[in-house]
Amino acid sequence: MVTDRDHKDNIQQAVNLLADAAFLEDIRKQMIKFAMLQLGDGHLAEDAVQEALIGALKNAASFGGRAALKTWIFAILKNKIVDTLRHKQRMVNASSLLREEDDDEALSELFDQKGFWQQDERPVAWGNPEASLHESYFWRVFEACLERLPPKQARAFMMREFIELDADEVCVAMNLTTSNLHVLLYRARLRLRECIENRWYLQGERNDELP
Amino acid sequence: MMNCRDATCLMSEAQERPLSIAERVSLKLHVIMCSGCQNFKNQMGTLRLMTRAYAKGETGTLIRKDNIEPMDKSS
Repeated sequence: MVTDRDHKDNIQQAVNLLADAAFLEDIRKQMIKFAMLQLGDGHLAEDAVQEALIGALKNAASFGGRAALKTWIFAILKNKIVDTLRHKQRMVNASSLLREEDDDEALSELFDQKGFWQQDERPVAWGNPEASLHESYFWRVFEACLERLPPKQARAFMMREFIELDADEVCVAMNLTTSNLHVLLYRARLRLRECIENRWYLQGERNDELP
Repeated sequence: MMNCRDATCLMSEAQERPLSIAERVSLKLHVIMCSGCQNFKNQMGTLRLMTRAYAKGETGTLIRKDNIEPMDKSS
């Protein structure tokens, strides 16, 4: 049960946190990166983040603490991104389509002529995925790998896995056929898997260098 | 027999749509004999788990400045 007193404390806590310049700057940077990956456009990303932060300030009362605040702000941002994507669903960026073309070659090297794994590309068993989630270096590797994906693959992957849109919704948002989407997601997963394996699991599940 | 390229493609698609019985059977036959694809299969689920944890901000460290600066290309 939430009393008036608790309610006021929550509002005060939210306002204090959002007025904390260092906290705000940290979370804003992270939000922009998140929005950039999905929108592929700096201005749209800035706008979405701006609106999400304003929305957060307006509704500051509905959260419980620092961790919850972050989750909650990102949920607001996620909704803004979905709105933005729906608005720009007709805009297809021709240059980003071109860039994706190089991609086939790199991925076809994973398999031999008959379509079986090359000896040194065959996926290995990943040590302890659950434990990785608690390692700060792991997340650094994970982010670096996400950012290395070609832009269109990254967007498809993030919409599907990060925003958790249905496959159909991603197709509409990105103006893709179902089979286009399957190919994009397949390539994104092949790449991401390989990158995480090479940079994390084959490094003994730690990474002392910046990825 | 199905090759690894087709098998991995199906395992990825299984994240978006239910596979047909024929697809499931031939995939299973391949995966039983192919350790690489067995690992790949587990990793599809792991990737989803990781990305959702990342989305929920369960990473504990993302909010730290030193994790953000080197990769921020937007500024």
